[in-house]
This record gives sequence, C-alpha cells and structure tokens, in this order.
Amino acid sequence: MALHPDDFRYICEFIREAAAIVLEPGKEYLVDTRLSPVATQCGLGDIAGVVRELRRSRHSPVAQKVVDALTTNETSFFRDLAPYQHLRQRVIPALMEARKNERTLDIWCGAASSGQEPFSMLMMMREDFPQLASWKVRFIATDISQVMLARCREGVYSQLEVNRGLPAPLLVKYFKKQGIDWQIDESLRKSVEWREFNLVGHAWSTLPSMDLIMLRNVMIYFDVPTKRGILANIRRVLRPDGYLFLGTAETTINVDESFQSEQVQSSCYRVKAA
Amino acid sequence: MRALVVDDSAVIRTVLTRILTGLGFEVIQAVNGKDALAKLQNVERPDIALVDWNMPEMNGYDFIRSVRAEQRWRDMPLMMVTTETEMEQVVRALAAGANEYLMKPFTPEMVQQKLAILGLAQS
Ligand SMILES: C[S@@+](CC[C@H](N)C(=O)[O-])C[C@H]1O[C@@H](n2cnc3c(N)ncnc32)[C@H](O)[C@@H]1O
Repeated sequence: MALHPDDFRYICEFIREAAAIVLEPGKEYLVDTRLSPVATQCGLGDIAGVVRELRRSRHSPVAQKVVDALTTNETSFFRDLAPYQHLRQRVIPALMEARKNERTLDIWCGAASSGQEPFSMLMMMREDFPQLASWKVRFIATDISQVMLARCREGVYSQLEVNRGLPAPLLVKYFKKQGIDWQIDESLRKSVEWREFNLVGHAWSTLPSMDLIMLRNVMIYFDVPTKRGILANIRRVLRPDGYLFLGTAETTINVDESFQSEQVQSSCYRVKAA
Repeated sequence: MRALVVDDSAVIRTVLTRILTGLGFEVIQAVNGKDALAKLQNVERPDIALVDWNMPEMNGYDFIRSVRAEQRWRDMPLMMVTTETEMEQVVRALAAGANEYLMKPFTPEMVQQKLAILGLAQS
C-alpha cells in the first residue's frame, strides 16, 4: 500500500525529534522499505498502523524500533584507513606523552554502529601500543540504536563484514569462527563500556571528560543547528589538549569556529587555544 | 603498478582484471600455480599477486610456498582470493607467506580495501 503523505510527514517529524535525523522529501521509498518490516513485526499491519502507534506513545518499544530502522548503520573495519594511520603515528603517541604521569586515557566512540570502529581502534592499540596494557584506558562506545549495541556486545560479524577492511593477520589473532560467522575476542568486547546515548538527548553530563572522541559519519544526517549543538557539547566533554575525529567528508568549518583542523586527510580536529 | 592474477576460472580472472585495471594496475593472468611460476620467470616482479587456492596442476597454497622459497620473490606481496573460509586455512595461508586473505564472494570495494591495507591503493 502506498505511503500516505501525512504519514510520511509524521514519520519525518518523529525521527527528527527522536534522533535529529533529517529526512528530505523524496525519501518516501526509504521510509517505506525500512518501516514496512517493523509494521509486520509488531502486528500493526502497515505504516499507517505504525504512525497510529507513535501518536499514542513516542516512548513505546515500537518507537525504538522505528528509530533503529531509520538509522543508517553503514560502517566497516578500519574505515578510510587515514584516521587510523593518524591515530597510530601522532595522536596516540602524543596523548601517551601528555598523560605519562597519570597513565590514563579516556576514549569515546559516539556512533559505534555495529562496533567495527571501536574494535578497530582497540586492535590497533593492542598491536601498536602494548604498553597501554598497564594503563587505565577507559573506552566508552555509544549509539542510539539498541539493536546496534546488542550487536556490539556480541561482536559477531559475517564473512562479508570481515572481508571489508580487516587485515587478515588481525582476523586470525582476534577472531574465532562461529558457524559461518566470526566472533571477536571476549577480552576486546569486555574492555568497552557499551551505552545507549542519543547525541541530541540530555545525557551529556553523564559522560566523563575525554582525551579522544570519534564522531564519524553521524553528523552528516543532521542539520547545521543540530551539529552546532553537538559540537558545543563536545567542546565541554573534550579535554583542552584532546582530539576529535569526524568522518572524512565532515568538517567543523562554517559550523563551529572554535575547532581547528589538526590533520585534513583524517578529519582530525582540536579545540583552538583560547 | 603491475598485478599477477592467478585463477583457473576465466570469469574470476576477468572480474579481478577489470577491478585492478580500474585501480591503475597492469594485469598479467595465469590459470594455475604452475602457469604463474612460468610467467613470473619472464616478467619483472609484479607489485602484487592475487592467488586462488583450489586450482589444477598447482594450487595457490603450493604456489605461495614456491614463491616464498625464491630469494627474488621473497617480499612480493601475495593475497589469497578464495572460497576457503575456515580459520585453519587463513592461518595456513598466512603461515606459508600470504600477506592478505580475501574470501569469495568479494566486491570491488573489498579488493580495493585489501590493497589499501598493503599500501597499494587509496582507501
Ligand atoms: C553510518 S554509522 C557510523 C558508524 C561509524 N562511526 C563509522 O564511521 O563507520 C551512524 C551511526 O549513528 C547512529 N546515530 C544516528 N543518529 C544518532 C543520534 N541522534 N545519537 C546517537 N547515535 C546516532 C546510528 O544508529 C548509526 O549506528
């Protein structure tokens, strides 16, 4: 059944409020393909039924399913490579030098998706900075999607997923074959605090101060005022000598001028000195 | 840059050749390990070899061992591209001297990402 324009408008409004995601007119097909399975699964018949349920309550399990279905979770191991090279060559060594007395590091991945980004960082740190084993490294990874967080905690990846960007020596070292899938080492899964966190929500004060923030390929879905709001919060959470990585196609330029580019290719930013 | 593609399937050779050409490689093809060793004798060392595992006459595993046994090819990057997907096989291939391992089926993007890991393509 065709998606009614009123229902489409309502869904756009809902996802914008719930997750700041902007769906432009013309994305009807996306709403249709992603929400039809939710409607069936929840016994609501069609998208009109989903909309009725959302009008009844925006905090029901159905609402969470709609958020899950409308987020784009595209990711891969060592995505774009350049940020990982920059982390390895400059950022981690600089932070270790700066924190050599405290021997603590606080790291946050703010759009973890199915976990490839945090796990890539952890594997890289184990491989290239074994000294960190004796440090207190606090690694928090968050996402708005409960489905994605469940995947992170499980750490199970399909053959197609491990084929994408994961170096074979790391596959052999950190994964076990499980049927036709691959599961990442328990010690890596357990070394992360997985949390549900909405970047446009009100829980920013629950985050500790950070040395390193990865916020890659998520703000592309938001409008400029939303980006500004998030970057203002980032400024409060990020320590003055900390680092922020955005997606390769993302920038703070013309959004928040208190950041300056530290390295262009990897989209690495720091807060300008006051 | 030059790549050697070793696979007994003409379809896979064609697909890989198209992907590699698109990434700026000049491609040499061989139909099995024995053919590949013979071709290597007559050309300048390629920048990478992409090697199937199961092939008649000489399989990819034996090919990799033969290549690694020769001084002049010792540091030639080698990537296994195969339908073998058990951990044991990945371990064996790496131990024999493969640098990377790609499981079939693959996409052009996956080939490019693996080459990028080896420093042979943009990511
Ligand atoms: C495209 S993935 C990016 C994954 C990874 N950072 C990368 O670069 O490969 C975007 C993720 O952002 C999450 N997301 C979308 N809106 C969000 C919000 N308002 N708060 C927190 N996470 C959100 C989605 O659930 C999705 O997993």
